[in-house]
Amino acid sequence: MNILHTIRLPLVAVAATATLAACNPPPHDTVQRGFRGTGMELVVDKAERAESVSANAAPDVIPQVPAGGPKAGDLYENVEVLGDLTVGEFTRVMASITQWVAPEEGCNYCHVPGNFASEDVYTKKVARSMLAMTQRLNEDWGEKHVAPAGVTCYTCHRGQAVPQYVWSHDPGPETSAKIGNSGQNIPSPKVAYASLPYDPLTPFLEEDYPISLQGNTALPTGPNVGTKQAEWTYALMMHFSDSLNANCTFCHNSRAFANWEQSPYQRVKAWHAIRMVREANNGYIKPTGEWLPPHRLGPEGDVPKVSCMTCHQGAYKPMYGANMIDPYPSLARKTGVSVDMAEAAASAKAERDGPVPAVGNMGGGE
Amino acid sequence: MEYQNLFTRLQVEAPLHPGLDLGPDTDKRSGMTENYWLGKFGDAQLGPIYLGGTGILSILFGFIAIEIIGLNMWASVNWDPVEFIRLLPWLALEPPPPEYGLSIPPLAEGGWWLMAGFFLTASILLWWVRTYNLARRNGMGTHLAWAFMAAIWLYLVLGLIRPVLMGSWSEAVPFGIFPHLDWTAAFSIRYGNLFYNPFHMLSIAFLYGSTLLFAMHGATILATSRYGGDREIDQITYRGTAAERAQLFWRWTMGFNATMESIHRWGLWFAVLTVITGGIGILLTGTVVENWYLWGVKHGIAPAYPPIEAMPPANPMTTGAGQ
Repeated sequence: MNILHTIRLPLVAVAATATLAACNPPPHDTVQRGFRGTGMELVVDKAERAESVSANAAPDVIPQVPAGGPKAGDLYENVEVLGDLTVGEFTRVMASITQWVAPEEGCNYCHVPGNFASEDVYTKKVARSMLAMTQRLNEDWGEKHVAPAGVTCYTCHRGQAVPQYVWSHDPGPETSAKIGNSGQNIPSPKVAYASLPYDPLTPFLEEDYPISLQGNTALPTGPNVGTKQAEWTYALMMHFSDSLNANCTFCHNSRAFANWEQSPYQRVKAWHAIRMVREANNGYIKPTGEWLPPHRLGPEGDVPKVSCMTCHQGAYKPMYGANMIDPYPSLARKTGVSVDMAEAAASAKAERDGPVPAVGNMGGGE
Repeated sequence: MEYQNLFTRLQVEAPLHPGLDLGPDTDKRSGMTENYWLGKFGDAQLGPIYLGGTGILSILFGFIAIEIIGLNMWASVNWDPVEFIRLLPWLALEPPPPEYGLSIPPLAEGGWWLMAGFFLTASILLWWVRTYNLARRNGMGTHLAWAFMAAIWLYLVLGLIRPVLMGSWSEAVPFGIFPHLDWTAAFSIRYGNLFYNPFHMLSIAFLYGSTLLFAMHGATILATSRYGGDREIDQITYRGTAAERAQLFWRWTMGFNATMESIHRWGLWFAVLTVITGGIGILLTGTVVENWYLWGVKHGIAPAYPPIEAMPPANPMTTGAGQ
């Protein structure tokens, strides 16, 4: 009894500490970035950040080659995007792409050995679209989102043929035929394991359902978005937060989520990013479905698409802001075929009027 | 002296007692027994239990409601028992989607939710009737029943009254552990931050106040039990040394004290006002107030702070910066 007496208090203290610490163990850094007392703070888990920084290091750059020499387009057949490069630079870019995308498989991942001009390997056609997309992102979305670091293949691919964090329509869990699928209430990594809708990417990053949901008047003015639809937006925001490993206050003043004037500037970047990702998915990535073999498609037969996570991978800036594009000026602006594709992407349909239907999975926008 | 301990150290052992003779069906009460572990935190005597018509119906309806909710959750993992246990905190029975308004939806699209809600509400209301009747049978006041009704008010606002006023069952709360919490956060975000809702403020004040009062009262009584402080009722009518000491302590501490009697009114009112004000706050949300933050700005309760950015951003949708 005496022993129990002696250890009771330390026991309770240890149990309480263990319970609380299970959430996210210290030490944390808290960075104040708003007026004092408003809770505008970024929370950084030091250990997690250190791990993330080393996991998101920029790749080695193949040294520049001397300028001059014949153009790749004159010497090689069927070079549609990078034909203006000198042969030396062209070879350097090709070698870099191999490192970024198919370091194991090598040139033959996209090319027929002995006949590099051949279109017989589907990955070559996909790669051409992706080059066009990269150029479009750097030239037309630079100011809005990706500058000054810019993006290369590596920003998403990280040495893998298919980027690790791509997504496709989520049919959700297998449910009994007797009940409907509510589209939520199952833990999904896409929404940081919340019980929110598990596929907010389809309606918001492929389709263009409106995301904002608060009324902008103090008093009601008529029918508006309901709480159920708000859960879809909330799910998308969980995806953002998880992809950037940043709390809400990275982009919002959480006292008034909708208010722009009180928001950090990152919110504007994110706003453009949503449009950018939609364009990339619809204008460049979905058309590759024509060539992709079935095993590359998602469970519902749609093309794997990009989200915030595809580039960010837990870093508030991909590669923590390391400059990707400067050593590769040929990827920084649209050349050749990419011009047409940019137009196709720009003609993507305008924002929808109605809110997200808030039930079931959203299905394809094919 | 044993009462001085923070934990119960002492069990009074006595023969089982059926309680007062309160009328003809007194003998219908059953199930008296004694349990040492119950005695650790309450009365060691269990029973006699008297359910009566409302009690039996209430338990039956409650069972049906839990059954509907549980089976829907289980169906949502395709009847896999392991997944059901593993994912239980995430699973839910959702109210109908917005397009059904207040109509009766098909079972698979919220019909089960409506049915579970009906049975749960019936069960709770029947249990309320029971608390009222049993209080009357025991010759007590009906304070407990009305305190319970305050909690029922909040429950009804969330699941019935507000959805009806909003014209849609979809505005109600899902049945589920994490889902109802996510719903709460989404609800606050949707309606412009519930922290600017004055009734939400009141509810929080009463909630925290309740815990404070409960701790103050419990601690005061335990601390004076060596002078008979635990015999609170005696001390109300005859203010003994326990009451004197306790009250002097609080007057020294904060200049004011509740009495042995009024402290119980403090406790009751703080507790019931938590849910009464909370219910009012929920009821006003979306029905008469669209955005609590903007409402707070309009009425001067949301202070302005210096902007975060030297050049505050503007809505790209309206400035056209986007396209």
